[in-house]
Amino acid sequence: MLLFRNIVFTAVIAGLLSGLLMTVMQSFSTVPLILQAETYENAGGEEAGHSHAHDAAPVAGTAAPTAALAAADHHHDDEAWAPADGFERLFYTSGANILSAIGFGLLLIAVAEALGGLGGWRNGLMFGIAGFLTVSLAPGLGLPPELPGMPAAELGPRQVWWMSTVVCTALGLALLAYTRSALLAAVAILLLIAPHIIGAPLPPTHDTAVPMELHARFVNAVYATNLVFWAVLGVIAGLVREKFRAGEVEVAGSNRELAAH
Amino acid sequence: MVTKTAAATASVPASKFIPLSMSAFLGLFIVGFVGFSHMEAVHNAAHDTRHSLAFPCH
Repeated sequence: MLLFRNIVFTAVIAGLLSGLLMTVMQSFSTVPLILQAETYENAGGEEAGHSHAHDAAPVAGTAAPTAALAAADHHHDDEAWAPADGFERLFYTSGANILSAIGFGLLLIAVAEALGGLGGWRNGLMFGIAGFLTVSLAPGLGLPPELPGMPAAELGPRQVWWMSTVVCTALGLALLAYTRSALLAAVAILLLIAPHIIGAPLPPTHDTAVPMELHARFVNAVYATNLVFWAVLGVIAGLVREKFRAGEVEVAGSNRELAAH
Repeated sequence: MVTKTAAATASVPASKFIPLSMSAFLGLFIVGFVGFSHMEAVHNAAHDTRHSLAFPCH
């Protein structure tokens, strides 16, 4: 259990720091664009859609006219709790960022250790970049980062497509990096492109009150901040993991040395 | 990513398999809760994070 404890410790430190950095980056890039998009959303979506809770999404999605869906997909239910704008909202965003970062850190370290070990900033950086490609870029090709008020297909199928794409991309990248046969390389390419051939669930209409230009800036901001976030998460995880291996027995011909070749 | 961990187990000592799986599942649970749970309050709290991480939202 020492390995588990050490991984959790490493992930918490890396997640805390990268999550805080992410919050600062977002405050200057994505969050102002989200707030701006919400003004269009609130202006355009008065007449319908505010009642549709996430649990009822499939029902509301089929019943509501597509125009209403497009305009008022986003909602803030009066009954449901939401953080107040300003400090409280920033506080919860920051907490959610740090928690996600710890979760991603746990996955990154677990995968890296299974593939031979994580150690050093450069090794961590490579896994961080792989994380960006897997979790941000690949799913983003089919489901671009969305602003509030933008039309989208039903939530469930999009979440399934997103997760499948992440798994396929992770497998594809791992095969490319860790195997040497031409056949497996072909399988890897197939895994990388399969989700995009199948295609992400699309909304019935793309009409939205949110300007294209705002969305374009948002997409850029999301990719830029996520790239920095994943790089920093990987680097810190690699550094802390290298320093902190308390109590772990070093196996003869340690995996880390094997991974270096 | 769990599948990826499992695929590599051939070269992973058995002693490492359980702690690595536990780490991966804990990570999946946290990301799933913050980014994918349908509870309205969780969604609202993590709203800006979900949009900024390009999770499917709404």
